[in-house]
Amino acid sequence: MQPQKQNSKPKEQKMLAEKASIFYGSFRAVADVTLPVYERQITAIIGPSGCGKSTLLRAFNRMNDLVQGARVDGKVLLDGEDIYGAEVDAVAVRRRVGMVFQRPNPFPKSIYDNVAYGVRLGNSRISKPELDSIVEQSLRGAALWDEVKDKLKSSGTALSGGQQQRLCIARAIAVQPDVLLMDEPCSALDPIATIKIEELMQTLKERYTIMIVTHNMQQASRASDYTVMMMMRADRAGEMIEFDETKRIFTNPRDKRTEDYVSGRFG
Amino acid sequence: MKNNIASRNRTAKIGQSVMFGSTLFALVALVALLLNVVNRSFGNVIVRREMEASAFSPTPLDQLSRDDLAALVKRIADSDDYEGLTRGAYRRMDLEKPFAERSKDDIIGIINERLIKEEVVTSFTMWQTVFDQAGMNAELAKLNKSLKVGSPEGRIEFRSWINSRFFTQTMGSVAENSGIRVAILGSLAVIALTMLLALPIGIGAAIYLEEYAVKSRLNDLIQTNITNLAGVPSIIYGMLGLFVFVRALESFTSGAMFGITDSNGRTVLSAGLTMSLLVLPIIIINAQEAIRAVPNSLRQASYGIGATKWETIRDHIMPAALPGIMTGTILAMSRAMGETAPMVVIGASTFIVSDPTGPFSKFTTLPIQIYTWTAQPDEQFRNIAAAAILVLLVTLLSLNMIAILLRNRFSK
Repeated sequence: MQPQKQNSKPKEQKMLAEKASIFYGSFRAVADVTLPVYERQITAIIGPSGCGKSTLLRAFNRMNDLVQGARVDGKVLLDGEDIYGAEVDAVAVRRRVGMVFQRPNPFPKSIYDNVAYGVRLGNSRISKPELDSIVEQSLRGAALWDEVKDKLKSSGTALSGGQQQRLCIARAIAVQPDVLLMDEPCSALDPIATIKIEELMQTLKERYTIMIVTHNMQQASRASDYTVMMMMRADRAGEMIEFDETKRIFTNPRDKRTEDYVSGRFG
Repeated sequence: MKNNIASRNRTAKIGQSVMFGSTLFALVALVALLLNVVNRSFGNVIVRREMEASAFSPTPLDQLSRDDLAALVKRIADSDDYEGLTRGAYRRMDLEKPFAERSKDDIIGIINERLIKEEVVTSFTMWQTVFDQAGMNAELAKLNKSLKVGSPEGRIEFRSWINSRFFTQTMGSVAENSGIRVAILGSLAVIALTMLLALPIGIGAAIYLEEYAVKSRLNDLIQTNITNLAGVPSIIYGMLGLFVFVRALESFTSGAMFGITDSNGRTVLSAGLTMSLLVLPIIIINAQEAIRAVPNSLRQASYGIGATKWETIRDHIMPAALPGIMTGTILAMSRAMGETAPMVVIGASTFIVSDPTGPFSKFTTLPIQIYTWTAQPDEQFRNIAAAAILVLLVTLLSLNMIAILLRNRFSK
């Protein structure tokens, strides 16, 4: 399923799922998804609960590997290379494809250490000034610097929910990934914190490719460039029923079920 | 009445009182235990002495310095006035161990034994001491009447069975001169060795089972076994220790392998090894629970920024689980401290006067010491047994206190 290229110029594919099916043991959670993820665009995944949105998202940085018995058939390419290839290390994939989770989960460490942790792992001999500047840039990148610059040594868990989530974003971009996966990043936040994250996503997309799972239709329509619509089949496997530019999904979808879902008639 | 509210409330009230009653019962039992121990640890005694210390020293003996005491003994021996401490006896003792090297308690012990010849005839409980003055006096009168003319009369004195000499003396044939130094050092040595062995192995096993092991038949079996091992009676661990460590591995546990010849397998090392087997399941289970309680979101956060499994365990899971692991360690330590049966089986010494000097020494522990003393016919041994129980309880409490303080510091 290719999006209809109307007036927009063709985009680079950063990632591509090719006939990807995800299994938990013998249970097929997601079936045959073929999905391009365009560079420096925001791709939203929507669909009713239990249709495998999060599972699909996690397949893009091999987070499903942590679940015993999980396995992916088909391919998921990052810059043309299959991230499930035999010689590819999941840790290396996650350094390039960062993740922000549903509930803000800062480490119970200082704000500074939260951001610096991932950087130190990759480069244990990094100099203090260099690390300081990465921390500052990452916190600025996550629009959090001005709020925390005077209390970098205080605990990350003492921040408000919205601040915590932006701290998690700062932590993710500190290791300079190419892609950011966001799994319902605003579902635990109030509307004001939500708007801040959405605005932040618009700035982040200038440098990063973003995928976001959301239950919030307005969010998907406001914040994303492309939208994936997923549904659960009769055998309980999730499938992708439509992929297109967000504008089109919300105004003139091809599939009747998408139309029903985005207009709030079910789901 | 609608919905039977009155009767439902009544049932709730009954339930509440039953539970309150259980709490009360536990509390009463605990207080009774403590009172019983304290009751025997302090109280009046009837003592008889051949002579009073004031006969040869104007100042009380325990206020004299070590050197003064040594000089006093020498003076008494040189004067040849006292039958119990003649010049010859002094020379013999000086040959055994020069007086210049003897400790203050040691010299006081000699004076007590040879000159004062103190004998505790009867000991009273704390309760009698406070409430039964008449009874004690009657007892004293009866004693004094039965004595031969010219022999020293008894007198009533207050005695705390926990005193400085109790901590510094070794075992003896007389209760008043017996102490728990060897037992305390033995207990501490065994605990230290146990923790040294069991903690790293236990935490390692817990990490493996929680973070690495996949769900399989074999691992389920291992898990079930560990859980069951925690419930195995301790005497069975004692048998295991006897056969494996004391007998089969004797050349190792006696130190023969390392050139120590005067020892058998009944050593601190055997006890430490046996005890670490005993506490291992406790440590593993508690550490597993602590690790399981670390929220999954923390693991995901760590993996999500590209940390490896080991980095995740080292930097996030272990620090978060540490307070819980500490709690397990507290439990294990208390268990090891109070355990008696396996020590009896592997052969802790019941009479030993030398301190443990290393892993290959013979040893005894506090519970063994208490057990030995309670089995003695002489009534005064019951008093020092009670005193030793009090010391054991206080030692346990302070060990736990240290562990709790450590835990609170780490959980910040």
